[in-house]
Amino acid sequence: MSRQIWDIPGGIHPAQNKIQSLQTEITRADIPAELVIPTQQHIGAPAKPCVEVGDKVLKGQVIAEGNGFVSLPVHAPTSGEVIAIESRPIQHPSQIDGVCIVLKPDSNDTWGARHPIDNYQSLERNDVIDAIRNAGIAGMGGAGFPSAIKLGIKPGTKIEQLILNSVECEPYITADDKLIQERADEIIAGLEIMQWLVNPQETLIGIEDNKPDAIAAFKKATANNNIEVVVVPTKYPSGGEKQLIYMLTGKEVSSGGLPSDVGVICQNTGTAYAINRAIHHGEPLVSRITTVTGDAVKHKGNYEVLLGTPVDALLAQAGADMSAASRLIMGGPMMGFSIHDASVPVVKVTNCLLAPTTEEIPVPAQEQACIRCGSCAQVCPAGLLPQQLYWFSKSNELEKAEHFNLADCIECGACSFVCPSNIPLVQYFRFGKGQIRKHKSETIKADHARERFEFRQARLEKEEREKEQKRKARAEAAAKKQAAKKAAALANPPSDASGSPTTPGTDDVADTASNATKLKSAWASATKRWKDAEKALTIAEKNGSDQLEAFQKKVDQLKAKAEKTKALYEDAKTSAASTSPSSPSASPSPAVAPVSNDPMVQLKQASADNFKAWKDAQKKTQEAEANSADNLEALREEEATLKAKSDASKAAMKEARAKEKEAMQAKKATEDPTKQLKLDAAIARTKAKKALKALNSLDDDHASHAALKAAYEKALATADNADAALKAAEEA
Amino acid sequence: MTDDLSAVFSLVSMAVLFGSALGYAAVKFATDDDPIADQVDALLPQTQCGQCGHPGCRPYAEAVANDEDEINKCIPGGEDTIHAMADLLGKDFIPLDAEESDVVDVPMVAYIREDECIGCTKCIQACPMDAILGAAKQMHTVIVDECTGCDLCVEPCPVDCIDIIPEKVTHTTWAWPQPDGVGITPGQLIPVRNIA
Amino acid sequence: MSVLHVTSPHVRKPMTTNAVMRHVIYGTIPGLAVLTLLFGWGTLINVVFGSLVAVAAEALVLRLRNRPILFSIKDGSAILTAVLLALAIPPTSPWWITVVGILFAIVIAKQLYGGLGSNPFNPAMIGYVLLLISFPLEMTTWIPANLTEGVAASPSFSQSLALIFGSVDRTVIDGITMATPLDTFKTYAGNDLDMLRSASVLQGSIAGVGWEWVNIAFLVGGLYLVARKIITWHIPVAMVTSLFLLAGLFYIIDPDSYADPIFHVLGGGTMLGAFFIATDPVTAATSNKGKLIYGALIGLLIYVIRAWGGYPDAVAFAVLLLNLCAPTIEYYTQPRAYGHKKANSGIAKS
Ligand code: SF4
Ligand code: SF4
Repeated sequence: MSRQIWDIPGGIHPAQNKIQSLQTEITRADIPAELVIPTQQHIGAPAKPCVEVGDKVLKGQVIAEGNGFVSLPVHAPTSGEVIAIESRPIQHPSQIDGVCIVLKPDSNDTWGARHPIDNYQSLERNDVIDAIRNAGIAGMGGAGFPSAIKLGIKPGTKIEQLILNSVECEPYITADDKLIQERADEIIAGLEIMQWLVNPQETLIGIEDNKPDAIAAFKKATANNNIEVVVVPTKYPSGGEKQLIYMLTGKEVSSGGLPSDVGVICQNTGTAYAINRAIHHGEPLVSRITTVTGDAVKHKGNYEVLLGTPVDALLAQAGADMSAASRLIMGGPMMGFSIHDASVPVVKVTNCLLAPTTEEIPVPAQEQACIRCGSCAQVCPAGLLPQQLYWFSKSNELEKAEHFNLADCIECGACSFVCPSNIPLVQYFRFGKGQIRKHKSETIKADHARERFEFRQARLEKEEREKEQKRKARAEAAAKKQAAKKAAALANPPSDASGSPTTPGTDDVADTASNATKLKSAWASATKRWKDAEKALTIAEKNGSDQLEAFQKKVDQLKAKAEKTKALYEDAKTSAASTSPSSPSASPSPAVAPVSNDPMVQLKQASADNFKAWKDAQKKTQEAEANSADNLEALREEEATLKAKSDASKAAMKEARAKEKEAMQAKKATEDPTKQLKLDAAIARTKAKKALKALNSLDDDHASHAALKAAYEKALATADNADAALKAAEEA
Repeated sequence: MTDDLSAVFSLVSMAVLFGSALGYAAVKFATDDDPIADQVDALLPQTQCGQCGHPGCRPYAEAVANDEDEINKCIPGGEDTIHAMADLLGKDFIPLDAEESDVVDVPMVAYIREDECIGCTKCIQACPMDAILGAAKQMHTVIVDECTGCDLCVEPCPVDCIDIIPEKVTHTTWAWPQPDGVGITPGQLIPVRNIA
Repeated sequence: MSVLHVTSPHVRKPMTTNAVMRHVIYGTIPGLAVLTLLFGWGTLINVVFGSLVAVAAEALVLRLRNRPILFSIKDGSAILTAVLLALAIPPTSPWWITVVGILFAIVIAKQLYGGLGSNPFNPAMIGYVLLLISFPLEMTTWIPANLTEGVAASPSFSQSLALIFGSVDRTVIDGITMATPLDTFKTYAGNDLDMLRSASVLQGSIAGVGWEWVNIAFLVGGLYLVARKIITWHIPVAMVTSLFLLAGLFYIIDPDSYADPIFHVLGGGTMLGAFFIATDPVTAATSNKGKLIYGALIGLLIYVIRAWGGYPDAVAFAVLLLNLCAPTIEYYTQPRAYGHKKANSGIAKS
């Protein structure tokens, strides 16, 4: 009755190293002094914390809720008090911290309410799937995909095979093996729940032939049901989901597709166990079996660990001698990540903690040139050509890499394992994949930006048009009024011959005013053009150009034009000034500011007000100057005082701000010196750039040129200093 | 005489034949490509920063398409964009027209130091992406997802409270670095923190 | 404390590039031994001398290219190139032949293309072909193997030294040299055939005096490489099979003007080429299907050039021509990736 086993291409046979951790029973790990529970332990959106600092929680209580469809809740692994919700180091190759809920256990380990489902068959399937989701169960083999989503197949999809993945092909790891040996019945119970959920034609358990005890345990547990234990030959990476599916069924999951597309669902051993606990015992996923092994560990074995237990606590319990360890790996030696901080917590997907000595796993040798030996292609289980992918990833030829199916690489590491040139192929592939992802998101962002920009452009145009229309309408109305008045005047012969001048309507005032501004800008641009032309002329003169005359003419023309616009503007302004209903008041009324208690805010407000007052005064003075008004002196004086006042308040504000900033920076600097320094450097650079821009926009002989130049140089120096400091800090 | 005639005849008929074949091919296999400006525009990063001297990416794309400007003016796009444009237009690669200090290869975003903002709305008007949120006399803030780091809002701010800072790397945007290459041991020795 | 932060996988097979090169060199030992037995110490001297030249040349170029010297020399690829070239040239070639060939192979064919892994052509064969074209006389002057009737013994060690380093008047050896069997076959096709065939097997006349032993020795070394998984069987098998079939076909058609297939398979540099030269990973195709095509085409070209070309042996030319085709073969023989209906072929359209 032996079932056909399809052989996957490639594959390798690394040293198993499993016996070391199989010697003891599963040990319950101690409750550590502090549990750090990341809100993201699964693929998908991170969970949203739903407890506050200071809350007392019970074991199994939801402390963070799932946030969307592809997300899972997180539960308190034991009873205790929430002491912080903050960023903590978590296991991620980027070494970037993640949001964690920190729990101080009360060492009573009191369960909250548990709701076992005694007779799940009597429920709706969806309710059971919800129960699995609410228990926070994610694939426990390594990827951490929410199990409920996998089980919630689309109606109409026919599932032919349900596969339990007990292959555990990575060296060193024995978590599943041990779990099967000790709790096969519970795993099978979980598998039966899934069987009922997806109703497959057959249910298979895939297991490697290097686990005789586990096979025996499974055989015993499946004696009375229709679950078949299929033993596959030991070969890495037969535990890859796609690989196992092919080995057991001969079906290939199409690239980018899901196993359920070909009628297969594949779940991990630990997941089945967790489902059993969730349904039959009402216990959410709060602990898991983790293998702690490697020659630096004294008590190698499997531990039942509360999620959130910091790695160092676990290692300490296992008697690890960290000074002997060459690396610290979370996961197996083929696909695990090295960790950078021993306080990162154990999470739902942590199946192994490996602390090998240097003799056991030596420092990798130097990378050598690829000799195209093809060993990598011989062992790739996905049928790829790693040497080509390597080449394309290295030279950033992403399109070609995609064409050679980089996306189908499962990052199993078989190719790096055999590469005689010690090329870290997997890292090249991860790099390549990251670049492709980045490229895609950049394209999306660019498209989005283009859309927004165009939309804004359209909006501005529309606004402009509307304004224009309004203006026209107003002008028309005014013209009509005028006409009506004229008509009236004509109709009613003037009663008093002198005729008081008609008071212009407010519209007219606005019109003239806006006219004036327009004229002003016209004047400015005309002047600029004239000046430009003059400049060109001088240059031409210097170079002895033969078109001097033409130039001269042009300059004259432009000058005339500029003067004309100026005259026009002056006219318009005087008329605007004379029509302006309110005469310039000597003392501008200070803006009414909402009173605030914050000294900074007050200062800011005061400074802004003063600034505005001064600017107003200045404007008036200028106008007065232009009109040679007689109260010029008084105005000037006032402007000066206002300016002084504004400057003073500005200075006060600046000082306060500087102080505040210093304090902040000091605080930040103590937190993370390089980050702050980086920020500083970036800021300094922007400032320098800005100063340079300002500098370039001025003529050499401009009065403030020297000052600006000094400012620029200072900014540059600051930027350099900041850079240097940053470098120093980084080196340190 | 007949020889001449036949020569002329065969030449003419060949011309007709090939001509119609070419004409047919031109119609049949015509690529309905976007106009060049669109294609160029698609290559640009859409930062809309104006550092190329044009008021936005599209105008620059048009200028490039009409051969009115060089292909090396887009600073945010960097060398990659120049290469892409050179490929598209069949031109030679030319180095970026910028000081080295101007070139930042990390994505940047604007950041408003909110406690210093006086709510003048000037930056809102300057932002080509409508990525700044705020109202008069209210604190303003940048929508990071929309900001292209174009730098245009920095200038108008009267209190100098806008900085252009490198975009923050998150778990999702982080990517593996490229290995160091031949002759170097992969990986790096790092101190492990918090070791017991 | 510090630990290593590195991408998975964390464990590796202990096979290194240096070891690959070393094993290939070990694989040549049987062949080298037989050559020494039959033709005197010349080949061995050339191998040692050539290796020294190769290492020196490599070091020099690495220095000029500003690359780490020791790191690249340690990989053993330069020595391997020298060994292969030394095995291919006549045992009595003067020293400067070796120097010119190796300099060209290392400096031009390998390092100027970017060093190990980047050279499109097999460096040893480039060196060999350069020598063959430039110095046809020296390159085709083989002394007869000491199994030949009437030849007393192969030169002694000191005689070989003298021959190579030139203190002997070379005209002396002209008296004792003779054309290689392949050469003979080409030049005297028809006439001397009977003579070639009349000798007994032990005296080595299946493929010309002594040569079948050389080839069998290389075959043994090659099998060692296959057993150690340094090379796969695909290229040698495809190459020898296609050569054998083609030779057999023409032999059946016209036994008088074409040599028999055994003669081809065990003659000249066939086995050296099949196991050691065509399998050079850098310049060969890498996928299994590609390797089969690659090997078969080499076999075909060898036969074509031997039978109708201007040169007696053809391994070098055939390998170089196929080096040229390897990238194309590669593109069209990609394996089908998991989850894809069809194998990709061709290059990415961009
Ligand atoms: S195993 Fe390494 S050296 Fe060999 S082809 Fe693959 S990448 Fe190149
Ligand atoms: S890591 Fe990717 S390329 Fe390498 S063997 Fe595994 S699937 Fe193939």
